[in-house]
Amino acid sequence: MPTIRFLLAGGEELAVEALNGRSLMETALENSVPGIVAECNGSAACATCHVVLPDQIMSALGPISEHENDMLDFAEAPREAGSRLSCQIKVSDILDNVAVRIPSA
Amino acid sequence: MHRDPNHPASASPGGDSTVAIVGAGQAGLSAAEKLRANGFAGSLVLIGEEPHHPYQRPPLSKDYLLGELERERLKLKPEDWYAKNQISLRLGTGVVAIDRTLRSLRLADGGALAYDRLVLATGSKARLLPDAVSRGLPGIFTIRSLADIDRLREAFDKSGRLLVIGGGYIGLEIAAVARGHGMAVNVVEAADRLLARVASAETANAVEALHRSRGVLFHLGTGVSELLGSDRVTGARLGDGTVIAADIVVAGIGGMPETALAAEAGLAIENGVAVDSHGRTEDPYIWAAGDCANFSLPEGGLRMESVGNAIDSADLVARNIMGARQPYKPKPWFWSDQFDLKLQIAGLSRPGDTVVVRQGQGAGRSHWYFRENRLVAVDGLNAPRDYFVGKRLLAAAVSPDPAHVLDPAVALETLAKSPA
Repeated sequence: MPTIRFLLAGGEELAVEALNGRSLMETALENSVPGIVAECNGSAACATCHVVLPDQIMSALGPISEHENDMLDFAEAPREAGSRLSCQIKVSDILDNVAVRIPSA
Repeated sequence: MHRDPNHPASASPGGDSTVAIVGAGQAGLSAAEKLRANGFAGSLVLIGEEPHHPYQRPPLSKDYLLGELERERLKLKPEDWYAKNQISLRLGTGVVAIDRTLRSLRLADGGALAYDRLVLATGSKARLLPDAVSRGLPGIFTIRSLADIDRLREAFDKSGRLLVIGGGYIGLEIAAVARGHGMAVNVVEAADRLLARVASAETANAVEALHRSRGVLFHLGTGVSELLGSDRVTGARLGDGTVIAADIVVAGIGGMPETALAAEAGLAIENGVAVDSHGRTEDPYIWAAGDCANFSLPEGGLRMESVGNAIDSADLVARNIMGARQPYKPKPWFWSDQFDLKLQIAGLSRPGDTVVVRQGQGAGRSHWYFRENRLVAVDGLNAPRDYFVGKRLLAAAVSPDPAHVLDPAVALETLAKSPA
């Protein structure tokens, strides 16, 4: 079970145990991580589960879909180099101990 | 009457009061969450007739039906969330009646629950085929609740041929899932096109072309005159005489607001539980949100069956119970997944709107709806950029020049800067 470190918009850190195979968004919701709204619950329809990942994780996760890429330009908080929709990321061991930042809108 | 700010019901309920919410779907859950977020410190009781913790409905007919999403993952909140937020969850509990004089609910288990404010979030139910057509035959399904899908799931894997009655979103989504699962799929729609009540002809035609290209067979402009079979359904005879063989039938013929409890309590019912622009019924202590609520707005009655409306209207009602006195400003948005099409809709179009088609770079395109030169809705078909630009323009009440929308050489981002 990897540990995910959510860095909240206010600066605090919330470390949680995650289940492999679940999405990063589900992990955030299960732990009531503030700032992850996920109105469409993972259908990649709403862009309200925006997170920012470190560079090395971005490359390890592989390319993002064109759909997600387009959606990210319209998330509430401005897009950054490490921006992803957390509903499109499957939890795996490569996320263990990784800092997942919730950008402030 | 209840608009009187001195009416006791207009004071925000204090720490010694009880808010009861009937209906533990998306709207009921959101109302509970937002009441706490807006500082309600009293007792909060969320009552659900189904035995399950509040769950998401959109994946039911897709990933859950296919066994790709376990039941556990449908939950809107983890189970311990309710206790943490001091929300008393009463599952498997029907509400039989509202005693408006005593301000008390009579429960199916014989108990009673006194309330200071009541939120009706009873949702909607699937319209059923007339008995004369269905004749109670096994093998006919509707798609609304977890229990509906659990029943369907058992039959789904054993069946090769699906007949869908109704060419709306539910019917088309299940048609796409079944076809992707290798089933032979026929769709019967009484109107002469798909999505007749909910989308433009342009969008419906694009959806129809996609389904046809994947092998779904359509029978438009004809109804089902009878379902065939003696022990269980084996097919259907259509109004035009065509006979279609089927192992299972899904009726996707629309939803109806669940209003029985409100009606029995003497509250006004007009295509749903009638509420004012603040979400309050004629009884100053009773509010309604989500699929069941019909809001009286300056532009007319507004009742929507969607996740977005469930969340937003519940949020509004929670704020207004806490004294905000704000009118509902709906920002309608919807989505539908069919095959590899993601349809995203912002705003509400209606027949007669002028439709401008914007062809995207790749396979994507969008349909822009104008009424008296005012932008009223955008459908994005695999076109999330168009959808989001449209959604932002709608939120800002800015209408782009239709000629710019039509011209793919005009960048979308500049549309957002067009003068109103």
